[in-house]
Amino acid sequence: MIVNNSKTLLLVQGLRASINGTEILKGIDLTVKSGEIHAIMGLNGSGKSTLAKVLAGHAAYEITAGTVRFEDKDLLELAPEDRARAGLFLAFQYPIEIPGVANTQFLRLAYNTIQAQRGKEELDPLEFDDFVREKMKLLDMNPDFLDRSVNEGFSGGEKKRNEILQMALLEPKLSILDEMDSGLDIDALKTVANGVNQIANKDNATILVTHYQRLLDYVVPDFVHIMQSGSIVLTGGKELALELETRGYDWVTANKRSIAGAIA
Amino acid sequence: MSETVATDYLDCLLKSWSIKSNEPLSWLNQLRARAIDHVSTQRLPTKRDEEWRFTDISALTRLSFQSAQPHTSLRAQDIEHLYLKEAKNSLVFVDGYYSPQLSTHIDPTVLQIGNLSTFLSTHASILESHFGQYARFDNNVFAALNTAFLHDCALIIAPKNTVIAEPVHLLFIATQSEVTSYPRCLIIGESGSNVTFVEDYVSLQEAAYVTNSVTEISLSANAHARHIRIQRESAQAYHLANCAVSLARGSNYQSVSISLGAQISRYNLNVQLIDEAAECAIDGLALISSNQLADTHTSIDHIKPNGISRQQHKCIVNDKAHAVFNGKIIVRPHAQQTNSSQSSRNLLLSKTAQIDTKPQLEIFADDVKCAHGATVGQLDQEEIFYLQSRGLSEATARSLLTYAFGAEIIDRISVSSLRQQLEQTVLNQTRGNKL
Repeated sequence: MIVNNSKTLLLVQGLRASINGTEILKGIDLTVKSGEIHAIMGLNGSGKSTLAKVLAGHAAYEITAGTVRFEDKDLLELAPEDRARAGLFLAFQYPIEIPGVANTQFLRLAYNTIQAQRGKEELDPLEFDDFVREKMKLLDMNPDFLDRSVNEGFSGGEKKRNEILQMALLEPKLSILDEMDSGLDIDALKTVANGVNQIANKDNATILVTHYQRLLDYVVPDFVHIMQSGSIVLTGGKELALELETRGYDWVTANKRSIAGAIA
Repeated sequence: MSETVATDYLDCLLKSWSIKSNEPLSWLNQLRARAIDHVSTQRLPTKRDEEWRFTDISALTRLSFQSAQPHTSLRAQDIEHLYLKEAKNSLVFVDGYYSPQLSTHIDPTVLQIGNLSTFLSTHASILESHFGQYARFDNNVFAALNTAFLHDCALIIAPKNTVIAEPVHLLFIATQSEVTSYPRCLIIGESGSNVTFVEDYVSLQEAAYVTNSVTEISLSANAHARHIRIQRESAQAYHLANCAVSLARGSNYQSVSISLGAQISRYNLNVQLIDEAAECAIDGLALISSNQLADTHTSIDHIKPNGISRQQHKCIVNDKAHAVFNGKIIVRPHAQQTNSSQSSRNLLLSKTAQIDTKPQLEIFADDVKCAHGATVGQLDQEEIFYLQSRGLSEATARSLLTYAFGAEIIDRISVSSLRQQLEQTVLNQTRGNKL
């Protein structure tokens, strides 16, 4: 939701980033305020997933220009864990499997690390068990997933639910969901979207990175940005996603300037 | 090293060898005499021997360790922390000598366990038919030495169609320095029996000594055995171990071996599937650091059809440590429909750590399914990033991932108190690695 006079959570200005000497992000400007839901859309290779990883602090990318402020902090100065502790969350497109570590152990470790950072009370295994089971209901998750190894043998949909469960536990200020809808059937998509909607409130913000409009039927964005070749070429409201769905990405390429004029 | 030195080491041992006249059983003395003959015709292996090319034991030849003498001052409270709470039956050997005071033996009617002297009179024919029959010593100088110098043995006989729920703990404690002990185990699973045993090598001090052990396991038709082997010797110790397993029709052998201690350790595990439809699962983990060397050589020999074997061996190597794995799988001409898989996965935690892994398949049958693979690597950057993105520090992320790598093997240990102890050991050892 767009809230009047809400504070700016994320301010990206002129951000450029490269991997192995190849420039992927070529000057990104983006402002996200609390309460807002943004969608970043684009074809494969447009740089949208790179933007998500760069914001979360992936070490493989080199920042060559620009600034990113997260509330009052210089985000680019922070290690990935400090970004997480400051309230940034990335839901991975391909969550990592960790055989040998029980999901509940991992979730509690992450939860208590963030709690300690916020000066709040940590939970012992029993207290955490009650707490996490309650959160799992939100995502219609089977409690069996607590005892299994982190993401090991989970289906695509189960992995995505597990990501949103972490988001629900860690209560970030800004969540970036990378291709949340990939590999989900319609029922799983609805469940995951419902979870995201319940977590969203006027004090936090969400960035959905997605190729398709489908997800945006269930999590309705306030802003839609279209990325091409490492830049945001168009920004509009939720209707831009619908337009894109019917007319395709070629339409954007051919008509960047006139569409921008029409929307403005 | 020179071979002259190596010969001196054996010469020295040969001189100290004698038949003990107070042991009347001729078959046992004949076995010892045969073994000492083999010692006298062999030499200590060097790196020029294919089977020892990565493992330099020349340091051993510079030591003149005598056979350990009985040492009885140990009290139960001194080793309280070593007992497993699940194990109602435990046989405790101190420097290779059986200690009835430290052992607990609850129910002799169900399970027959004890040491050599308790069984020699009552089970002579069973012992004679199994003892020394599986662990060959004609081409293995350490097995020959063990057999020549053996003075006692941990024995488990799981009677026909009997399921023993609690694990049996075979605890070998080293208390003396500059001695050699010769632990020996014989496990006989009669048909349809089911037994779990923990073979556990520990030290009460950081001393240099040699453990030369031999374990023989014979499973009759449809017998099941779970073998948990923990090597947590002193960091200065030498641990040279041979284990031979014979699997009859439809029998099932599951083994988890964990190597943590010793300056130099070598574990040879030879499993023979001598009849149809036998099955084995062999899991191993070596977790070593500083200047340790841990060498595991395994051989799984499919002799008859329809056998199943699965093997996973993992090494976590830090500092300047060196891990060796050689895993041979043999499928003989008659062993059709064999299903075998083997995986060797290795984690290097420092730039100076070293791993040599050599999976070997020797397949002589044409209708079989065999898969094997080996990986050597460092921790995955994507995995570290994932954990960091959840707020975990890089150091915590590395520890957790290293722990998880080892925990996958430790989780297969069926004795929960032991599992927890080992998980803690892995956590302590993997904390704060840098790569």
